[in-house]
Amino acid sequence: MTLELNAGDQSMLQGGQGPAVAAAMKILVAFSNAVGARELLDIAGAHIDGCLYHGQASLDFVERLVEGDGHVRVPTTLNVGSFDLIHPRLVKMPPSQEAPARRLMKAHLELGCQATFTCAPYQTRFRPSFGEQIAWGESNAIVFANSVIGARTNRYGDFIDLCCAMTGRAPAWGLHLSDNRRGQILFKLTGSDLEPSDSLFVAVGLIIGQGSGDRIPVISGLPRPRDEDQLKALGAAAATTGAVALFHAVSITPEANTLEEAFHGMAPEETIRITHTDLDHALARLSSVPDGTPLAAVSLGTPHFSHDEWMRLLPLLQKVAPGRGIPIYVNTGRATLTRLHDEGALDGMEAFGLIPVADTCTYVTAIIKRLDGVVMTNSGKWAHYAPGNIGVSVAFADMKDCIHSAAVGHVVRGAR
Amino acid sequence: MTWSVETVERTGTFQLAGEAQGAALVLSQALSFWGGVDAETGDITDHSHPDLGQNVAGRILVMPSGRGSSSSSSVLAEAIRRGTAPAGIILERPDPILAVGAIVAEFLYDISMPLVVCDTSGIVSGDRIAISPGEDAQAMVSKI
Repeated sequence: MTLELNAGDQSMLQGGQGPAVAAAMKILVAFSNAVGARELLDIAGAHIDGCLYHGQASLDFVERLVEGDGHVRVPTTLNVGSFDLIHPRLVKMPPSQEAPARRLMKAHLELGCQATFTCAPYQTRFRPSFGEQIAWGESNAIVFANSVIGARTNRYGDFIDLCCAMTGRAPAWGLHLSDNRRGQILFKLTGSDLEPSDSLFVAVGLIIGQGSGDRIPVISGLPRPRDEDQLKALGAAAATTGAVALFHAVSITPEANTLEEAFHGMAPEETIRITHTDLDHALARLSSVPDGTPLAAVSLGTPHFSHDEWMRLLPLLQKVAPGRGIPIYVNTGRATLTRLHDEGALDGMEAFGLIPVADTCTYVTAIIKRLDGVVMTNSGKWAHYAPGNIGVSVAFADMKDCIHSAAVGHVVRGAR
Repeated sequence: MTWSVETVERTGTFQLAGEAQGAALVLSQALSFWGGVDAETGDITDHSHPDLGQNVAGRILVMPSGRGSSSSSSVLAEAIRRGTAPAGIILERPDPILAVGAIVAEFLYDISMPLVVCDTSGIVSGDRIAISPGEDAQAMVSKI
């Protein structure tokens, strides 16, 4: 089984499009051989998870592509960086770290990538469509694109996402191919009285992530979500506790109109039942403190808050009117933020402690002022990673409880 | 099993071609470089790995396969840049993530850390192993 390159691929490999493209194609060919692909296919877009600074080698790579006159060949969005370029004073970083972190973000722009700096590129005008071949990095974006939209990507990461963007090609293997998108393991939600609450979708995500291994999960019995943000939360949680790149939810996601379609007419390799107790246990593990614990901050928007989510948050802030000096950080894409500013939607909101964060996320860089207290979040992904990344204690709850807790200054649940 | 064959000489496939010599470090379990190797020192830092505390720098690292996050590409490239990486890696099964790290490091720093896929039976830790290019661009792995 060997990789067959077409004339265009050969030309790129031999330097016909310049040294940067030649290097990208060489790396892509080696990767494609390693995964056993027989050919490359055209992609319509890419999303690069390369703007978080992890060491000199990552920056050297992008700089070399810039020097080689490199330019992406397909519309390419960028994931979050280590810095909020819109609100530079928010991030507290020593200059020795700030310079390479900023340069990494800027060097990607010089390659022609779009200054989206969001982990939710599906909320931008670069959102792919059903069936489109793309090469995306960032685990939550990958699972959203595959599952909720029905676009096709593997889990691309370090260097390879950018090599795909520079060549407009990806190896024809894995989830790019229809046969490999078949469901393999069935998760059956039991009980007919399940409320489609935000927490339910997070809990289901945590459970399927943990139980799927490298198999594609299918969920049956999931109540119809209010909107795609609930599926965003489910996918992000599944890609946090596991390596899920694609899930099917029967009669909800586009490749699973029926159970039979989700499994391509075959039988599940395994069936796992999810009970009320399982859901409660999964969520309980996200909180490390009891109710009543004093609160240091609230963090929402992991993955980045959508415009719809803002439209639910802002009236809630006005109604509950927190103002006890507890900051409410909301991570969001800069395009969403621009739209909100144009609408005047954020005017006066800082009085409630609201601090919008763009281009980055509160758990990957130094934003939150007080790390000695408890931070409350509605994100399963944030609750999972923040204790290890930035050393905070976390209480997980629905958004409404987060805002009511900010108003009273300690963790409360079940607020009305 | 402590037995080692007198002469190991076999052919394999290069994921990245090159020449290397060094003492073998044979791992019974796959190691993720991300979260598993400190790129500043080459120490194995994965607390769940049986070879925790060993150092990969300058060794011929032998293991069944790669494992884990795609960020391992960056960690391997960074280790090669710093001189804390293995002299060469021999795997039973190809690994795209390690291949990318090795290829990127060669592209950036002109350092070729050979990555070979071949049968690893009969190689034990401490054996001196040489990796070199053979006929038809195949990898030659021999005990010296």
